[in-house]
Amino acid sequence: MTETTQNSVGTGSSTHQELLAFLDAKTGRTLDASSDLFASGISSLFALQLVVHLEEKYGVTVGGADLKMDNFRTVDAMVALIGRLRGATG
Amino acid sequence: MADGVLAVLGAGTMGAGLAALALGRGVDVVLVETDPEVAGAVGKKVRQDARLGRLLGGYRPREVGEARLTVTGDIAKAAAATAVIECVTETAEAKHAALSAISELVKPGTLLITNTSAIPVDELASFCDRPQDLVGAHFMNPPYLIRAVEVVRGPRTSDDAMDQARALLAELDREGIEVGDGPGFVINRVLQRMINEAARIVEDGVASPEAVDALFTGCLGHRTGPLATGDLIGLDNVVQTLEVLAERTGDAGYEPCDLLTAMVREGRLGRKSGRGFHDYDQEQVKAA
Repeated sequence: MTETTQNSVGTGSSTHQELLAFLDAKTGRTLDASSDLFASGISSLFALQLVVHLEEKYGVTVGGADLKMDNFRTVDAMVALIGRLRGATG
Repeated sequence: MADGVLAVLGAGTMGAGLAALALGRGVDVVLVETDPEVAGAVGKKVRQDARLGRLLGGYRPREVGEARLTVTGDIAKAAAATAVIECVTETAEAKHAALSAISELVKPGTLLITNTSAIPVDELASFCDRPQDLVGAHFMNPPYLIRAVEVVRGPRTSDDAMDQARALLAELDREGIEVGDGPGFVINRVLQRMINEAARIVEDGVASPEAVDALFTGCLGHRTGPLATGDLIGLDNVVQTLEVLAERTGDAGYEPCDLLTAMVREGRLGRKSGRGFHDYDQEQVKAA
């Protein structure tokens, strides 16, 4: 999976930091980038809020086969998805 | 249903959810809603719910072109529908108005489905120009996540209408379970009474809502307790359904208890208002 975007998307990237801060604010949980959100007690319904957040914040469109829980299960997975979608469109 | 258009009458919780399911499965939808405020907001919700359904694996996606959603206040726009699902308010009057209007508009033989919770299909069939075209399909909330559907054949329902209903359910990736007609059919004849009795237990001070639900989940292995289920359905809908059942069965056990009617009066309707027997402010992020 290529992660070639304007932002760095390494483990300590600003995208990682922003998503972790978003999750902290919304769920009150301090997570790390590889934590399985839905196994840590966050409702699976929250996944749609994550979809909308990614679209609004990062200007990507998540559709079709990308609408699957595994893409939103961890911050790492979301960062990879953003990178891939930006790569595909940019 | 290939190249067909599904008309959904009423854009409340169930109508919007059914439109989302159909859209997600690539079926064009005409969603008829006469309240302009509801109609104005529902398009976005339907599209989001279609995505939520796909995200959570509520239906198998099909690689077909993007389906079209038309939201309108004009029922005449549903005239070309190849199937109709009526989801208007759970009163005989509202359903009478919707079914008589649509059955005059569509081609004879077009499948008409009522999503009634409890009104006998045969009673509603009397409101249709062709009673044989009406089938009951009691979808669960949210319909884009719950695959099983209680399908009700009325005494006048034709074989052709049943075949069309089965084909539509296949198109929507749902599994129909066919039962006979009568107030509340199977599910609500049992479930609504259980919710009412559970509410009465709280009203009498015998147990808290948390305790009631914990008994059903913890001891009996139910996925949700009766009061959380009532909150999910919507307590206004629960009260309406109980009234339908009480009226048609003459059984006083179905008369909505004081606590339920008071909660509805206060606008404590369950999940959709953020508060019912339980609080849902933080619901979307809490553990399921």
